[in-house]
Amino acid sequence: MTCTEFLQILDDVIDESMAAETRAEIETHLRKCGHCEVVLNTTRKTIEIYRSHEIYEVPTDVSERLHAAIMARCKKTH
Amino acid sequence: MPTIQSIAGQDEQHPDVALVERVRGGDDSAYETLVRKYERQIFRIAQHITQNREDAEDVMQDAFLKAYEKLDQFQGNSKFYTWLVRIAVNESLMRLRKRRTGKMYSIDEELKTDEGSVPRDFADWAPNPEQNYNQAELAEILRKTIQGLPHGFRVVFVLRDVDGLSTEETAEALGLSVPAVKSRLLRARLQLRERLTRYFRRNTPAASQAHEPSRGNGVEK
Repeated sequence: MTCTEFLQILDDVIDESMAAETRAEIETHLRKCGHCEVVLNTTRKTIEIYRSHEIYEVPTDVSERLHAAIMARCKKTH
Repeated sequence: MPTIQSIAGQDEQHPDVALVERVRGGDDSAYETLVRKYERQIFRIAQHITQNREDAEDVMQDAFLKAYEKLDQFQGNSKFYTWLVRIAVNESLMRLRKRRTGKMYSIDEELKTDEGSVPRDFADWAPNPEQNYNQAELAEILRKTIQGLPHGFRVVFVLRDVDGLSTEETAEALGLSVPAVKSRLLRARLQLRERLTRYFRRNTPAASQAHEPSRGNGVEK
């Protein structure tokens, strides 16, 4: 497996949707290629960080105001 | 006694379907439950597309209202959330158009560049690099980094990787093909990784001294 081939299936590797055979090829490639290993690990970490940190937090008072506005407008449409 | 088939059918039914049925039967409190369940995600998507807080608030209200009005059109063969996201994405794009002199926007554009399709920076990251920053600094880094991506990439990344929708659901919510979602997702992931490497690389004087990116003076737009 080349680095280009690895990159083409990077998403499948991250999402763990690969055949066992491909998985073995990937493991062999990663043992030899430090760059691809870094790309894989740091891409996984990128996803994990974005998943675990809310960057557009809505303050509770704003959330409540919006919520009330939505429900009031919905009721009007009856 | 229920048959095996009917039990399987019950298991497959998403809880939102029952809530939607209740709303159709006139129970507004069921809609309130749906709003509470998804308002944060819808706000987040609107914010990612419009990049403007006021617009995101308006989009959120309009999307929920429109979904309520169009509830009869919801077929139940897709998830309620996927259907709702599609409404919110369209509202967000319309809002962008209003704000920016009438130019048409779509999720399907902005694929002209090959930027970010190949990794260039292979520096490894520090272990738990996010711990080198306080919450506010980290949020700012994550915001600025993702804001540098085209909105068509941002929203695919958010739906797929942050919200956890499947590739097929993301495609349905955005009106894109599955290959288009896959292509955008890979490039979004790689571009974010590349940009975050500046902040999170291992053992750089900048990272250990002053919480500054190790290259450049901030995040490119």
